Amino acid sequence: MKDFIIPWDDKDMGTPAKEGAPVTLTIDGFDVTVPEGTSVMRAAAEAGLSIPKLCATDSLEAFGSCRLCVVEIEGRRGTPASCTTPVAPGMVVHTQSSKVKKIRKGVMELYISDHPLDCLTCAANGDCELQDMAGVVGLRDVRYEPGRNHFEVRGATGANPEYIPADTSNPYFTYDPQKCIVCSRCVRACEEVQGTFALTIEGRGFESRVSAGAMGDDFLSSDCVSCGACVQACPTATLQEKSVIELGTPERSVVTTCAYCGVGCSFKAELNGDELVRMVPYKHGKANRGHSCVKGRFAYGYATHQDRILNPMIRDSIDQPWKEVSWDEALSFAADRMRGLQEKYGRRSIGVITSSRCTNEETYLVQKLARGVFMNNNTDTCARVCHSPTGYGLGQTFGTSAGTQDFDSVEHTDVVIVIGANPTDGHPVFASRLKKRLRAGAKLIVIDPRRTDLVKSAHIKASHHLALRPGTNVAVVTALAHTIVTEGLMDEAYIRDRCDWDEFQEYAEFVSDPRHSPEATELLTGVPAAELRAAARLFAKGGNGAIYYGLGVTEHSQGSTTVIGIANLAMLTGNVGRKGVGVNPLRGQNNVQGSCDMGSFPHELPGYRHVKGDEVRNIFETAWGVTIDPEPGLRIPNMLDAAVEGTFKGLYCQGEDILQSDPDTKHVAAGLAAMECVIVHDLFLNETANYAHVFLPGSTFLEKDGTFTNAERRINRVRKVMAPKNGYADWEVTMMLANAMGAGWTYTHPSQIMEEIAATTPSFANVTYEMLEERGSVQWPCNDANPDGTPLMHVDGFVRGKGRFIVTEYVATDEKTGPRFPLLLTTGRILSQYNVGAQTRRTANVVWHDQDVLEIHPHDAEVRGVKDGDYVRLASRSGETTLRATITDRVSPGVVYTTFHHPDTQANVITTDFSDWATNCPEYKVTAVQVSPSNGPSEWQEDYAAQAERSRRILPAAE
Amino acid sequence: MPAQSTSAPQVPVEDLKALIDSQMHLEGPLLPILHAIQHAHGHVPQVAVPLIADALNISKAEVHGVMSFYHDFREVPAGRHVVKICRAEACQAVGAKALADAALAKLGLEWHGTTANGAVTIEPVYCLGLCASGPAAMVDNRVVGRLDAAKLETLLAEAGA
Repeated sequence: MKDFIIPWDDKDMGTPAKEGAPVTLTIDGFDVTVPEGTSVMRAAAEAGLSIPKLCATDSLEAFGSCRLCVVEIEGRRGTPASCTTPVAPGMVVHTQSSKVKKIRKGVMELYISDHPLDCLTCAANGDCELQDMAGVVGLRDVRYEPGRNHFEVRGATGANPEYIPADTSNPYFTYDPQKCIVCSRCVRACEEVQGTFALTIEGRGFESRVSAGAMGDDFLSSDCVSCGACVQACPTATLQEKSVIELGTPERSVVTTCAYCGVGCSFKAELNGDELVRMVPYKHGKANRGHSCVKGRFAYGYATHQDRILNPMIRDSIDQPWKEVSWDEALSFAADRMRGLQEKYGRRSIGVITSSRCTNEETYLVQKLARGVFMNNNTDTCARVCHSPTGYGLGQTFGTSAGTQDFDSVEHTDVVIVIGANPTDGHPVFASRLKKRLRAGAKLIVIDPRRTDLVKSAHIKASHHLALRPGTNVAVVTALAHTIVTEGLMDEAYIRDRCDWDEFQEYAEFVSDPRHSPEATELLTGVPAAELRAAARLFAKGGNGAIYYGLGVTEHSQGSTTVIGIANLAMLTGNVGRKGVGVNPLRGQNNVQGSCDMGSFPHELPGYRHVKGDEVRNIFETAWGVTIDPEPGLRIPNMLDAAVEGTFKGLYCQGEDILQSDPDTKHVAAGLAAMECVIVHDLFLNETANYAHVFLPGSTFLEKDGTFTNAERRINRVRKVMAPKNGYADWEVTMMLANAMGAGWTYTHPSQIMEEIAATTPSFANVTYEMLEERGSVQWPCNDANPDGTPLMHVDGFVRGKGRFIVTEYVATDEKTGPRFPLLLTTGRILSQYNVGAQTRRTANVVWHDQDVLEIHPHDAEVRGVKDGDYVRLASRSGETTLRATITDRVSPGVVYTTFHHPDTQANVITTDFSDWATNCPEYKVTAVQVSPSNGPSEWQEDYAAQAERSRRILPAAE
Repeated sequence: MPAQSTSAPQVPVEDLKALIDSQMHLEGPLLPILHAIQHAHGHVPQVAVPLIADALNISKAEVHGVMSFYHDFREVPAGRHVVKICRAEACQAVGAKALADAALAKLGLEWHGTTANGAVTIEPVYCLGLCASGPAAMVDNRVVGRLDAAKLETLLAEAGA
């Protein structure tokens, strides 16, 4: 049996839970009360009785095809399927009458007559519902003689024409039609859970087979996005993880949290000993509700990839090869250098960058290292380059630097605005939940320069796609507000009740100005005025309106202004403070919310409290026994500027690859090269490590305890499922570095760090590991006022008191197109790759995306003589690179698009160092560029590749 | 005339799009679209599948699922004449199986095969409603009862097999 660390019930209830008035019925003599609409099958499961089933599972609506779950109901004719029969008051059900038992045995006999009897050598042995059901119904004999079947490779008269060999085209799972019982669970999972509709049943009758895509497709060439929902739904070995085929059935499992995007899916890591066999989405996970995407489900192979560095390394200068040393030597080398730099160049000459990939506890320790050991506030985090405007904008308008809803809220929404986000690629599990709601009738408005999959894909169509020119978000959002205010569509009662009325009037006057009308800004934004007005009316009057946004909002010179504009829209229409509404930033990284919460910013102590506040500093000074610098420290771009100037000399960078992810790569490289001690703490020799003097090997999320906080403020436990291959969890490494510098920290478990966080940070006051163990997860604020946490924010009023309207004047970015650079480049993500690709490039996910490509409109391509698949040179004022072109009308004329997952493309050589006025968040989403045909890699790319090669040399360890 | 009808002739995408558009006003237009294309071109070419999926905003797999469910939707054109021989119980009881086997053997075809000259495609059918006068067959849209070997041979010869 499986050994669950958390003994939550994982039983399959057969059909989904329903909400409704209680109904009482009798099943096999037991009274059971369930909500109206519940199936008899689920009611029986609630009563602790299991009705045999094959085509039913509780993640899918009942289908009624396998006929194994038949029951007898007094007063009804025949033997109805219990999965499709809803309960009725007073119903008397018999699940084990001799009549139904005989039927079930007959059904099973038919199933088995067309199924190979190779259980002992089957990958699903012990984990097969067909096998279980054969046992449950007491099948002892199959009377059918051999005949037409799908499982024999060769029949009596030669090759079996019905036999179809297994489809192994997907890198992570196989489809073996030989074992298929055509229960349609995979097809329904692809439709209902994932929403891709990549699978179907082809043919009819005996010829019915599961088919991926259309005729001639296999799983890889079909629309399949490899989310794994079908594999999970399959009751047999027909759809089976290749890892299970290779390694065998797992014997234990641990519930933990995915370390990819900000959705924060819960997974069961299933293992044999310390060998990870598979990751299975955990059905009680409150963010993902049992669903997953290709990254979390399958792309964990990087954890054991040969490129992983497991021993500490040092070198005197970056032109030398690395030398492997002991932990002690590496740490004292690092500590001596850092202390030396402080003595020579001053206390504020060194700093840290915390990681949004690491746990809350680790992030907290890294900022504590800066504040309590380096004695300065030089701490920043990668949120600087993604969602810092969210923190600022929502803090200013609502009073908290976080999204307002939980993900469940999407099930109650009526109109959704998705702006500057591509959830089907960036936040796939949320996208599936959104698409499910859209299929149920909710309306969608997409504001994006590019035609993303949400705009139109199977069974999904946006009511309005406002394909704006990159960089004009503020103008579009203000024009939406203009329409709402001038047409009187706002929710005045809500505004009077919840918001500052005087500020609203000032704002209303501002947006009513005709220069903000859709007609006035149409030429600028490229959005047809009528379309924009229709979208505004739909959002204002369409019921519960929710706004979801991503980096397409924040990564602009006016990122903070757009966030404020979005908050204004939500307040104007009364859409904050209940289910189904709200303002929801889709966070990029697993713990970017947490790293911001934990005081990673140079001006804020944990809990977003300004470092200038004496009271706040006192709390930490008492807890840490140090004096905290009252002056805010340097942001990442300031650190790099200071490094180039020669005043910033040392950096401890944990789990972030700033060289690849931050804008204007040449400037980043120059800054790093000017430093005298760069300590990189990471899994791999990433691009930043090319400029490092100390490399401290990191641990994966599988190798440590801690917590991640996802985009809905949900604090989820990360559990250690195996020992760190590098010897130490990341929090231990940070502690050892701190202690090498004389800190004297004595944590023995991350739970003690969480105790310190709870003691010092009001929004985490009641969070303990015991509570997380008991409840699974909790959403902050979690304190005496909200002991159960806070799924919805601002329910009875805004956290800051009155919601604040702030005027949003559009100021065009300084990055402008001109004759030399006539196109606008915008950047984004692709489903199979994650961020800089350090992890996903080291998995089989590369079959879907092995290089970054440039999307260009057919018109722009034609005038430049660029053909599909050609190498093109992409140049901006900052630099140039080459990559291959893909010609598509997803982008508008004048706009080109690429991703930044591959270091050999280095899209950030192109991006400029313009940034958000409030938070310095870089303007990744708008760069003026030119595209021209090219023969191959640019000079810079070749130089860079050579330099990277040189700086990654490792000397053989001294014997 | 092509000697082989197994490879589908090219159908211009514009024609397919026009046929799809002609049915879009209907409720549930998928089957009418498939019928319209088959009627115009004698088959539903694979290139039509993504076009139909796009027009109806469904997936390619769904179109394939529906199309493959109905035997009458062809992926490649049939011969100039289609001869369907009943294989249902009543006809089998009066010798339809032997009749069909003999016809197939004579033409050197399997079920669903088309003669080399592209004249005749032979298909099975499960009941034409002529159970009282079996063995029965259908030549294009004309049903024929009380078949015997000679009559079937004449039919095939008339069709040009």
